Amino acid sequence: MSKHEVKSPIPGTFYRKPAPDQAAYREVGDTVTKGETIGLVEVMKTFHEVKADADGTIADFPVSDGEPVMAGQVIAELN
Amino acid sequence: MKKTGIQKLLIANRGEIAVRIIRAARDLGIATVVVHSDADTESRAVQMADETVNIGPPMAAKSYLSIDAILTAAKETGADAIHPGYGFLAENAGFADAVAAAGLVFVGPDGNTIRLMGDKAAARAEAEKANVPTVPGSDGVIKDMDAAAEIAEEIGFPVMIKAAAGGGGRGIRVAHDAAEFRELAPQASSEAAATFGDGGIYIEKVIERARHIEVQILGDGENVVHFFERECSLQRRRQKVWEEAPSVALNDRVRDELYRSAVALAKAVHYKGAGTIEYLYDDETESFYFIEMNTRIQVEHPVTEMICGFDLVAEMILIAGGTKMGVTQQTIRRTGHSIEVRLNAEDPANNFMPFPGIVGNLLTPDGPGVRFDHMLYPGYAVPPFYDSLLGKLIVWAEDRDRALLRLKRALDELQIEGLPTTAPLFQALLESEELQQSAVHTRWLEPWLENNLDLIKQKGAQTHE
Repeated sequence: MSKHEVKSPIPGTFYRKPAPDQAAYREVGDTVTKGETIGLVEVMKTFHEVKADADGTIADFPVSDGEPVMAGQVIAELN
Repeated sequence: MKKTGIQKLLIANRGEIAVRIIRAARDLGIATVVVHSDADTESRAVQMADETVNIGPPMAAKSYLSIDAILTAAKETGADAIHPGYGFLAENAGFADAVAAAGLVFVGPDGNTIRLMGDKAAARAEAEKANVPTVPGSDGVIKDMDAAAEIAEEIGFPVMIKAAAGGGGRGIRVAHDAAEFRELAPQASSEAAATFGDGGIYIEKVIERARHIEVQILGDGENVVHFFERECSLQRRRQKVWEEAPSVALNDRVRDELYRSAVALAKAVHYKGAGTIEYLYDDETESFYFIEMNTRIQVEHPVTEMICGFDLVAEMILIAGGTKMGVTQQTIRRTGHSIEVRLNAEDPANNFMPFPGIVGNLLTPDGPGVRFDHMLYPGYAVPPFYDSLLGKLIVWAEDRDRALLRLKRALDELQIEGLPTTAPLFQALLESEELQQSAVHTRWLEPWLENNLDLIKQKGAQTHE
């Protein structure tokens, strides 16, 4: 099965958790359905949810929590 | 020429305020060092400064908020003073302490003053001691929710629940009745604990239809002078978007009392540097109430400079360098009217969506009475990691009506290609009769935005033709 890439629509800082003291939205190996929030991108002090745009199992988060991302950069890979 | 002990000033900030501080330092013959993150290597401030030091990754927590990295940069470059600008570490008492402990000059008040005024409940108590009227509310910080509910009941709803350690409008909730209070107060407390490491809250009465009025002061630790008031009632999500000086809402008696109270409070805390005392003003009762003091230079300081002909940033550097304040109250005069609008990289026609783009062609307004404090140049890629303020357009004219016309002229001259900005918002606002008459208050703008989205879109479309 080919991999599906979830990309950040905007540049900014990628977060895997809704808040620093909370658990990550999803971990590698978790299944997700289309429309589920899997991360946040902070752009200019506002937060935008990044949602899975397909169903699948998370194979990898190529970007670590709190790292900068460019628009179009892959933030999660789904199997 | 005024002498100051400072030879080399390190600027611990970015964006338009870093540019502004470099200019003030240069006007005083002081060398400049700008620290910057990986995301700001191409910034205007970095291009302008005499020396630059990269202090880390884009994320502010690892660069602009890293006290160690900034102090190391100061040591390496031989800077003898640090200007924090606004935001980041500007009101961080620990930073002011650390700068002083490193044997350097902090351009601003000392750590204890920042600490005192940064604790809103303590600042309020200090204001009451200096006989400055405060908004009816709780005496100090409350931790017991039952006691808090009783106090809220006594004050009368609606009430604001504020985090004692918060700032810039963050951590504020409004409760309209006892039930809502019971629900929101614990939330506010736990959010304050998570965000600021301090769960203390306090309560204030909500003043309906209040104006936001603030007094600019300057102190040298002994003497304090004021530079009149600014009105900043136009706010969106508690962030100021349009500021002017003077306020047309005040009469001479109120003005006099307002200035006297601001000077009294600043004197009581032996204030050193530039500061602002913020008030809510109720048109109907002609009463003003202290809300907080900002112990730094503010975004909107240029409107005061325009009506007074004074460089506040240069003055705060001189005072920090040990120069006694040369200016006396009698010599500070105001003439005319000034308006500032904040240009942000946001699309006002699309719910103010931030847009970190690349600046294309750029035409900046000038001519009589126009000042544009900004950090733009063609080809500049606005980083997504910081706030969206690109610059401030400031106008001055003989009176408010002519200042409004001049603002329209300046906005018409301004062209920033490549990214949406908040300029169409101001072009639309200039058509509002209520704004033309200054019949506004702090909660006027948000409903106006909802009702005038089409006008804003139309103004945006015109600028992109």
